Amino acid sequence: MAEFIYPKLIGAKLRSQLAYRASFAVDFVSQVLAQCYELIVILVLFSQVNALGGFTRDEVLLMYAFAGAAFGVADLFAGQLDNLPTYIRTGSFDVLLMRPLGTLPQIMCSDIRLRRIGRITSALGVMIYALTHVPIDWTPAKVLLTIATPLAGTVIYSSVWVVACSICFWIVEGREFANAVTYGSNSFTSYPINVYSRPLRWVMAFVVPGAFVAYYPSLALLGKQDPLGLPGWVGWTSPLVAALAAVVAGLVWRFAVRHYRGTGS
Amino acid sequence: MLAGMTTNVVFGLLRLAIIAAALKAAGGAIADYDIAAINTYVWIGQGLLGFVLLWGNNELAERVRSGDVVVDLYRPWHLQGALLAQDVGRGGFAFLTRLAPPMAFGMLLFPFQFPENPARWPLFLLSATIALVISFGVRFLVELSAFWLLDNRGLYGFWNVSSGLLCGLTVPIAFFPEWARDALWASPFPALLQAPIDVFLGHGSVAKLLLYQVFWAAVILGIGHVALQRAVRKVVVQGG
Repeated sequence: MAEFIYPKLIGAKLRSQLAYRASFAVDFVSQVLAQCYELIVILVLFSQVNALGGFTRDEVLLMYAFAGAAFGVADLFAGQLDNLPTYIRTGSFDVLLMRPLGTLPQIMCSDIRLRRIGRITSALGVMIYALTHVPIDWTPAKVLLTIATPLAGTVIYSSVWVVACSICFWIVEGREFANAVTYGSNSFTSYPINVYSRPLRWVMAFVVPGAFVAYYPSLALLGKQDPLGLPGWVGWTSPLVAALAAVVAGLVWRFAVRHYRGTGS
Repeated sequence: MLAGMTTNVVFGLLRLAIIAAALKAAGGAIADYDIAAINTYVWIGQGLLGFVLLWGNNELAERVRSGDVVVDLYRPWHLQGALLAQDVGRGGFAFLTRLAPPMAFGMLLFPFQFPENPARWPLFLLSATIALVISFGVRFLVELSAFWLLDNRGLYGFWNVSSGLLCGLTVPIAFFPEWARDALWASPFPALLQAPIDVFLGHGSVAKLLLYQVFWAAVILGIGHVALQRAVRKVVVQGG
């Protein structure tokens, strides 16, 4: 039954957003702008220097584009988890538990934010620019990697979102903590990770597997050595890391939901 | 509050790392900024963000949409003045909870560029306070637009995504190419963040920066006052 319900739910949400066309257009443009401002920051920095952490402008743009596209899609589905504190505080999470469907997919389908497509579109534009301007020896495997990278990145970001927001089951107003990890890891992964200090890198690149969203796949595509010393095959492991992250996220979510207590009213 | 602080510090560290990498690539300094100046810039910026409240909560706009604004309007006060007073009060609290902690964090853990002249400390506070007034003025205008737009979330969103770059939060305005720099300084935006930071760092003439801020504070509050008068004329109260 569930497989019939979700497309209907999503369809209804999409239609409701397209009903207010002007409002949707403005939101869409804001999202394009938001992504462009991050691009401008990179361009401004590169108007002052030729390389950042040993990477050229177009190489950094490639990482930024991978990160932006993956984050945009993840936000489309997992961004709704930011509303979790409201569900928990008001007790409306009870309603989700009552229905014969998984709680996580229900929240994810509760409010597909279509305007995020603005962010995804501009990231894809930059990706096309970067892919045509960096030196890559194309092989069939690398084409596959280019396609797999944003998909794996989406799964990684979504898993991060699920794990980070699970904290709200213990600390109801934990959303800002979660945002440090979710939105923070978007900023983090848009740049080569060797520019960050060691503690920050350990947390945001490996505990939160941000390094596998854009940095390592880009190194593999470019055929570059990792300045941090990891071997070249690491760049091909993003889909595995994504699968692992999804499993961990699923387990954490189950564990967290078991700690949910209704508001009692 | 602890959660907000963690987020603030994490974003500060991320910004710092990226600009510091650029400085390293440029051989230690870009424009007027060396590593100590950049640390100071980042941590004051992270603090000012909460003190001037760059991103408000759009509460007044919601009250316009729901009609509750009528209650605000028939009170015997000037709405803009009353809300400004509230915001300055909020600033007093935010000074302790939002501005001081990131600055202290930066001072303790990173090389920090303290002002050579102790008079810069009170001048910085003055400049930050004017920045708060301008920030209030801009937020007030964005919220007031709800009288015409009804749903101002689009404009509110525009402001939220644009302000960081335009005000000099994400990268110092001195890093921009000359034409962009000139265009930005001709606008009110740097008065919200970059100007107080420049006062603290001693970049440029303090008198000029303060005059620039006072000018924009007056202009924006003035526009807000006129806009409010016009908006009130549009209000129709139905029923009791």
